[in-house]
Amino acid sequence: MGDAIVITSGKGGVGKTTTTANIGTALALMGKKVCLVDTDIGLRNLDVVMGLENRIIYDLVDVAEGRCRLHQALIKDKRFEALYMLPAAQTKDKSAVQPKEMKKIIEELKQDYDYVLIDCPAGIEQGFQNAIAGADKSVVVTTPETSAVRDADRIIGLLEKEEGIEAPKLVVNRIRNHMMQSGEMLDVDEIVSILAIDLLGIVGDDDTVIRASNKGEPIALDPSSKASIAYRNIARRILGESVPLLSLQEEKGMFKKVKKFFGMRS
Amino acid sequence: MAMAQKQSQHYVTIKGTKDGLNLILDDSCAFRDVINDLDDKLSARHIQQTEGQTVTVTIKVGNRYLTDEQEDSLREIIQEKQNLEVDRIDSNVISRDEAEEERKRTTVKSVARTVRSGQVLEVEGDLLLIGDVNPGGTVMAGGNIFVMGTLRGIAHAGAYGNNDAVITASLLKPSQLRIADLISRPPDQTGIADAEAECAYIKEGTEISVDRVQILTKIRPNLTRL
Repeated sequence: MGDAIVITSGKGGVGKTTTTANIGTALALMGKKVCLVDTDIGLRNLDVVMGLENRIIYDLVDVAEGRCRLHQALIKDKRFEALYMLPAAQTKDKSAVQPKEMKKIIEELKQDYDYVLIDCPAGIEQGFQNAIAGADKSVVVTTPETSAVRDADRIIGLLEKEEGIEAPKLVVNRIRNHMMQSGEMLDVDEIVSILAIDLLGIVGDDDTVIRASNKGEPIALDPSSKASIAYRNIARRILGESVPLLSLQEEKGMFKKVKKFFGMRS
Repeated sequence: MAMAQKQSQHYVTIKGTKDGLNLILDDSCAFRDVINDLDDKLSARHIQQTEGQTVTVTIKVGNRYLTDEQEDSLREIIQEKQNLEVDRIDSNVISRDEAEEERKRTTVKSVARTVRSGQVLEVEGDLLLIGDVNPGGTVMAGGNIFVMGTLRGIAHAGAYGNNDAVITASLLKPSQLRIADLISRPPDQTGIADAEAECAYIKEGTEISVDRVQILTKIRPNLTRL
């Protein structure tokens, strides 16, 4: 029986889908059986980021409405034997699936996979309700921007009210080190202090991430990229390892406090 | 007749004080008896002092619980007499609902959590929040608000019209402060962080003022409930 983890953010464009694809890839790299589920019905992206768009035959709505069986809709990854994804429908909208149906699908997937990663759509409406319906754990993605942190805060509030979901963990994405140092961007300490949840990882803003996404090759596959290491570290933390936070530059001590915070967790 | 007259004298006792009249009503007889007796007595007195100043009346009803209608009829009878005015009605008893309301109004409710964006935390009495109020979050209280954490959102103290209510926080960086029906907003430039506990209160009835918490002992001595 695996874990279902929903990856959410409230605000759009902060990197939910990229995070889902890369954590999934990193977990698969470590030999786990992983299934990615795209719940962004009508605006699916996960298949593109994974480079699996042209293999879609059935989708989430087909499964929910009984047009096919679950395993028929699952797409096997090009690179890993143990990595699958369940794509969202592109022609319907978010009301095509009910939370109850989602819960059933996720429950079924949990039987076969170690990790079921659910990519949540932006917003707090039905799509969000669907995405969290079957989840046991949650990861909130934010960027060091005030508006993204505000939305993350709102989402954390909603997740905390949900029974059956563990306290959410935080991923701070797209950190621009030079802006954070000059104080033009919120720094990680500040974000963690506002949101008051455990930090799961930080990922720097990296051109290679965008390049890789466009090619349909998750960056986590490329060990030379810093972002890749960051995602792999997040995956290791999900597995329960205690991995210190990556410093984004050669600077020493900048994230000392964060490290300490993370060390206190475990 | 003489008997009844004598008995009715027990129902209402009138006492003059320097502040006006005290009407002490018997609390063990029927309410109608009190009303009748009161009407009799006041009519009798009324003749004697038609040309006087307005006299304020305090009604003491002892252990009798008065419904709103009963209070109204008491006031009516007294107000009918030209130069009498009801100041207040004192009763030793209150209803269970009133007691519950009173309790809610005067208790300090303590809550340990983070009030996040989009969340509203409302209490009827005083609020003691152990945690932060994040931007976009709101805390409301009928009484005072004490935040043991950082107040970054909106706090509304004295929400039902209590001008004496105060807001305190370990770190006061609110997006808005409201006390009773006054609203204030910090100046637009981001303030310099000073890590000292602060409080907000209504100064001279017209504006919300922010100061060190230590000042509260002077301006709001009633905060102490020891």
